Amino acid sequence: MTPAPPERTIRVVTLYDDVMNVYADRGNLIALEARAAEHGVGVEVQSVSLGDPLPEDADLVLIGGGQDREQRRVADELAVRGPVLRAWAAAGTAMLAVCGGFQLFGRWYRDASGTELPGAGVFDVTTIAPGPGAARCIGDILANVEIEGVGEVVGFENHGGRTYLGPGGRPFARVEYGRGNNGEDGTEGAIFQNAVGTYLHGSLLPKNPALLDWLIAAALRHRYGEGSSQALIEPRPAPYAERAHAASAAVARRRSPKFEPVVK
Amino acid sequence: MVAATARPSVRERAALILGRAAGTAARQLGRGGGTALPGLVAGVLAPRLLERLAQQAGQGVVTVTGTNGKTTTTHLIAAIFRAHGVQPLTNPSGSNLERGLVAAYVEDAEADGRIADAPSRVGVFEVDEAVLARLFSRLSPRVAVFLNLFRDQLDRYGEVDSVGEGWGGMLASAGPDCTLVLNADDPSIAQLAAGTRARVLMFGIDDPEARLAEAEHASDARFCRCGGRFAYEAIYMGHVGIWRCSSCGDRRPRAFVSARRVKLSPDGSRVEVDIDGAVVTLEIPMAGLYSVYNALAATAASYALGVPATTIARALAEAGPAFGRQERFEVEGRTVRVLLAKNPAGLNELLRALIAGSPEREPIHLLAMLNDGVQDGQDVSWIYDADIEVLAGRPMTVTCSGGRADDFALRWHLAGVDPAAVVPDTEAALDDALRRMPPGARLDVVATYTAMIDVREALARRAGVGAYWEKAER
Repeated sequence: MTPAPPERTIRVVTLYDDVMNVYADRGNLIALEARAAEHGVGVEVQSVSLGDPLPEDADLVLIGGGQDREQRRVADELAVRGPVLRAWAAAGTAMLAVCGGFQLFGRWYRDASGTELPGAGVFDVTTIAPGPGAARCIGDILANVEIEGVGEVVGFENHGGRTYLGPGGRPFARVEYGRGNNGEDGTEGAIFQNAVGTYLHGSLLPKNPALLDWLIAAALRHRYGEGSSQALIEPRPAPYAERAHAASAAVARRRSPKFEPVVK
Repeated sequence: MVAATARPSVRERAALILGRAAGTAARQLGRGGGTALPGLVAGVLAPRLLERLAQQAGQGVVTVTGTNGKTTTTHLIAAIFRAHGVQPLTNPSGSNLERGLVAAYVEDAEADGRIADAPSRVGVFEVDEAVLARLFSRLSPRVAVFLNLFRDQLDRYGEVDSVGEGWGGMLASAGPDCTLVLNADDPSIAQLAAGTRARVLMFGIDDPEARLAEAEHASDARFCRCGGRFAYEAIYMGHVGIWRCSSCGDRRPRAFVSARRVKLSPDGSRVEVDIDGAVVTLEIPMAGLYSVYNALAATAASYALGVPATTIARALAEAGPAFGRQERFEVEGRTVRVLLAKNPAGLNELLRALIAGSPEREPIHLLAMLNDGVQDGQDVSWIYDADIEVLAGRPMTVTCSGGRADDFALRWHLAGVDPAAVVPDTEAALDDALRRMPPGARLDVVATYTAMIDVREALARRAGVGAYWEKAER
């Protein structure tokens, strides 16, 4: 017997997933589809790449990381789409922008050659690639999220760019082990409404089930409205994900530096 | 005359002797094979040993680089030269940084610092893709083989593009006394031909039947040098196939060594190869299309140095596996095959090889091992770029093991294949995996580098075979 089709669905847009996927960010979509199915939530995925039109609306937007060469191709188009993406974020669309995608969802990104790439402006952050002389921020990372019920997130970071929050920017998390946005102020990523930008890959969503559930719930609220019965998801165990989370957290605690703020 | 420039100095001879002593000590202390330490010690004492080594090989030097297939291709080229009556000088066991090459010299040097029969020998060295740019002019190879360029250990190399850019700069200075053996099907390799005065010999596959039904995820060269996008008439793996730039019109070049008919099976492959108009059949006793590419590269490299096609075919058919690359062991009445998988493209090809020509109902028994040491890649996210989903729905048992067994178990679970057990410890995992399969069946172990070393040692002990530094062919 085939199961009844889910009575609720979320509309997911993956941005430039054929170009911006260098650190296995497609794992986020794989985990999303599997977890949504467990919650009885259908997922309609629309892949939007260079030159493709954006749909009318979306409940969840995913974008991953790329290399400098790839980010240059995407940046101009993303800047043009900035107003739409900002309006979506302001209206409560859930978003997950990882690494290069996070940088391009900021106000601007100055790459290693000194070229300034415009960003979509979803987050009030700016990023500077310090050039070949400076070390990349590479390693396991563990950070604490201020969203209720999400708590600790674990992943791997690998970025040359240093990201700084502007006056209207809020960090997504506080670094406990690893480097985060810039290795100086202890902030990790940025959050605006239900939009999250972060340097954590690994992939992020498979082994951070609490964050994954929060994004699914946010996407459902956007689709069906705050307080709608269709927007609720019940807590469910995620045994494989929880074990992988615990194992990754232990690795981060063991081999990444405990974050200490830089005193200037 | 080569010998005049190759005479090692007193200091260099001393360095060779001390390097050898370091290797012997490492082995006696049980510190593993000592495949790199002798080279490290000798190289520090005498920094130009690498040049001395390269100058002594009278038949010239062949370098082999690329993301996947270096060790196997080096091993195959060495086997072909042996069959041709030329004794190779080579770095075994995949020790492919400068110290690994110097270690080969340390092992083979006589007391006066010379290598026996040097004028009649050929150097066959695998070189790490990120260090080749620094070693190229010092080795001045007669033949330089470039296999492929995939994402691999980004935590170590930073970005894929920077490796390719390093090669481009290095080849600008190569002259016509060097032959580049290039993979025509990988655009990031084939396009290296444009910026060099070196001779070029392309190899590739011209068999549309070998193409993938749909593109894999681990695809890295989406954009041409001109900035345009690549389009594909056929994709064989990742971004490797019959490509064409939709913008500047650059296209996959004609392959001088071309596989026309490819037949894959779980144990090996049979291919008809056209070498500039002459057709030979190659029986390759290693599974997977990636093994076909390795064999084509080895064929092209040795053909470029004058080995006849018939000798190449005979040598390939008889070549055993390289260290930890499809090696087989007989353990407790079961065959165990060890497969090294360290990046998405490599794992995809192994998974394809496991199911190639195998009936759908034939159960697959796997031990999947994921470590996260420096040599494995500390970042384990690459497992999400591998298309493990291709195995979903098949009858199989999977035991997950290694330091990141839980991460791997989650990946298999999300791919629709729930592991039968998660056992981090190598010996216990091996027991578990063997217990889950009937006698006579085959266990395939897919493992990252350090996990492969561990499991291979456990298997060698159980099968009564020697440790790797005793077995490594020279």
